[in-house]
Amino acid sequence: MSNKFIWTKKDLLGLEYLSAEEINHILYTAASFKEVTTRQIKKVPVLRGKTVVNLFYEPSTRTRTSFELAAKRLSADVINIAVESSSVRKGETLIDTGRNIEALKIDIIVVRHSASGAPNILARSVRSSVVNAGDGWHEHPTQALLDIFTLKEKLGRIEGLKVSIIGDIAHSRVARSNIWGFIKLGAKVTVCAPEKLIPVGIEQTGVHVTNDINEALEDADAINVLRMQFERDSKLAFPSALEYFKQYGITSDRIKKCKKNIVVMHPGPINRGVEMSSEVADGANSVILEQVTNGIAVRMAVLYLVALAKKPTSSLPAKVENM
Amino acid sequence: MRYLIKGGRVVDPVSKIDDTSDILIDGNRIAKVAKDLNEKCDTEINAKGKIVIPGLVDMHSHLREPGREDEETIATGTRAALRGGFTTIACMPNTEPPIDSPEMVRKLSGIIKRDAACHVAMVGAITLKRTGRKVAAFSGMKKEGVVAVSDDGSSVEKASIMLQALRAARKSGLLVIDHCEDPKMSAGGVMNKGFISTKMGLRGIPAEAESTFVKRDIELAKKARAKIHIAHVSCAKSIELIRKAKKARLPVTAETAPHYFSLTEDCCVSYDTNTKMNPPLRTKADVEFIKEALADGTIDVIATDHAPHTDAEKDVEFDFAPFGIIGFETALSLCVMELLDKGVLSWPDLVMKLSTNPAKILGCCGGSLKKGSPADITVIDPEKEYVYTKELVESKSKNSPFIGWRLKGKAIDVFVGGVLAMKDEEIMV
Repeated sequence: MSNKFIWTKKDLLGLEYLSAEEINHILYTAASFKEVTTRQIKKVPVLRGKTVVNLFYEPSTRTRTSFELAAKRLSADVINIAVESSSVRKGETLIDTGRNIEALKIDIIVVRHSASGAPNILARSVRSSVVNAGDGWHEHPTQALLDIFTLKEKLGRIEGLKVSIIGDIAHSRVARSNIWGFIKLGAKVTVCAPEKLIPVGIEQTGVHVTNDINEALEDADAINVLRMQFERDSKLAFPSALEYFKQYGITSDRIKKCKKNIVVMHPGPINRGVEMSSEVADGANSVILEQVTNGIAVRMAVLYLVALAKKPTSSLPAKVENM
Repeated sequence: MRYLIKGGRVVDPVSKIDDTSDILIDGNRIAKVAKDLNEKCDTEINAKGKIVIPGLVDMHSHLREPGREDEETIATGTRAALRGGFTTIACMPNTEPPIDSPEMVRKLSGIIKRDAACHVAMVGAITLKRTGRKVAAFSGMKKEGVVAVSDDGSSVEKASIMLQALRAARKSGLLVIDHCEDPKMSAGGVMNKGFISTKMGLRGIPAEAESTFVKRDIELAKKARAKIHIAHVSCAKSIELIRKAKKARLPVTAETAPHYFSLTEDCCVSYDTNTKMNPPLRTKADVEFIKEALADGTIDVIATDHAPHTDAEKDVEFDFAPFGIIGFETALSLCVMELLDKGVLSWPDLVMKLSTNPAKILGCCGGSLKKGSPADITVIDPEKEYVYTKELVESKSKNSPFIGWRLKGKAIDVFVGGVLAMKDEEIMV
């Protein structure tokens, strides 16, 4: 089925905007690219002559490196542009920056931005492909795709699995992309956090909501544990990281009570002893490093698909119109 | 000059007319309203198939002058108002610097005398520099011509200052136009708080940020025995409070804006910054409440909250864009489409909301077609359909979510004080 699918989207802005079929097609494409990354010579010429620009308005090492490697393994040329977040509001506007980069005759802009929706606005303003590498609290689609890819690889399917996402749901783009992706593929998703970190209306996505960690762990086939940022937003709900760890931290004691083969995921970087203990992070159930490896294959698939989209169509929700 | 407006459907709730009739204008006054007039005149306006109503009165707009002439000026803003069928508009004092002293009022009044294409009613600030700390000199500003006071754009955060302002306003005989927003609750928010803001990853502004201050200020107005007008009502919770206050016969009036009955928060999903306004677009349920409140009289007035911003300011990330949209030129069409065509209001009801009530609440001219009234008259083609394009926008700023929409109902001719200021959709002044 998947191999006959024709990809038509020029951008990847979020999993909310994709169908289950499209998500499956990315996963299918990623599987074939994963084989490439295990070869002696880890390079294919499919994007030779194409240029990828990593436009990062937020500091990021791992996501940027992963995208850079993905592009290079497809034989694309890569440019990294880091914009100081402090100059976002006084310097050139996002749209002007996008159009200037496009004037350099590039093909794909990979953008990370602290403002939700910035990739949507950019995608509307340029003809090049735009890939969202994380925007505000909105979406981080390639992270969710690699989470889904890893879990599918481990357990052979997604449909019917019980997946719990644990941590600061309110301020997490990883959580939102995971929710859309897993729900669309038929998983049963639970989100778990202290009440103040559950965003209003999230149950309308189809997830089950709980504040009880034991409920989230019980029966779960997999958990995705979010990074807690006490220096930023998460302090709303918990004044101290230690207190959070006591109530919500994933420890080996808690894992022992779970399904034996529960898959433990984390988007990284881990705060050891805050959301997860070292034993769990490094333990037998953890797939954290496999996620990192799979990230390259998934991003190769995304870059490849958007760059070669047939009859590219906009992936944007339409502007409001009454006609 | 003498004009004869012939054969139109004349709608004036004040003189209780809704019938085919003619109107004779002599100089700056309405000389006669009767069927089949055959008076001598200089120009005859054929109004057959048209609706002839008292000129529209917008009690809430931002003209940006002085200070932000890149966004709008008295000259461009009043012409945009004419295009929308308005003959009187009230301009809010959040200019740079704000209109917070008799001197500033005098300066503004000079610009209006020089440049305005329609009547402009001035609103002074409630507090000095609009910082919510010290109440401005109301009586001095009134002497220079303001008809109301407002810190619109911000609320007066401290209840003690608001109470003091309401008392001072009563003494000076000024209306307080109240922007209700608890800044602590709305802090950092850019759209309505709910599932849509959650999925978009944007900070939300809860309905309670508005309604808690509506509640507070109704209580304060009662204590001060002052008149209060609640600006840009956007949500069901505020409506319930206003309805209750009106039942208790408190001197409370309220307005909403066309976007609050034409659009919902769902429009924001495109991250189009022209869907970003304060208060924010709310839910479908709120829209239904607003329509009901217009129908039952809880909301007295439809005002535009015309808030021009340049493309450069708006073409940015949703978080960084300023709040507000232009509204003069689309208000009438949206009322026709959303309220008349959908059976929420009749033409006489609509004239009340867009002309009679705001004129009465502001205590300014207009709002009626009675013999002897100032000749502020708008002739409307209720069936005219058009696509609202950026090129059509008369305002200096083009920040409208309705660009690209097919609209219906348009002002064709506008008389301001007996002067034919717009004729066949062409602005003559």
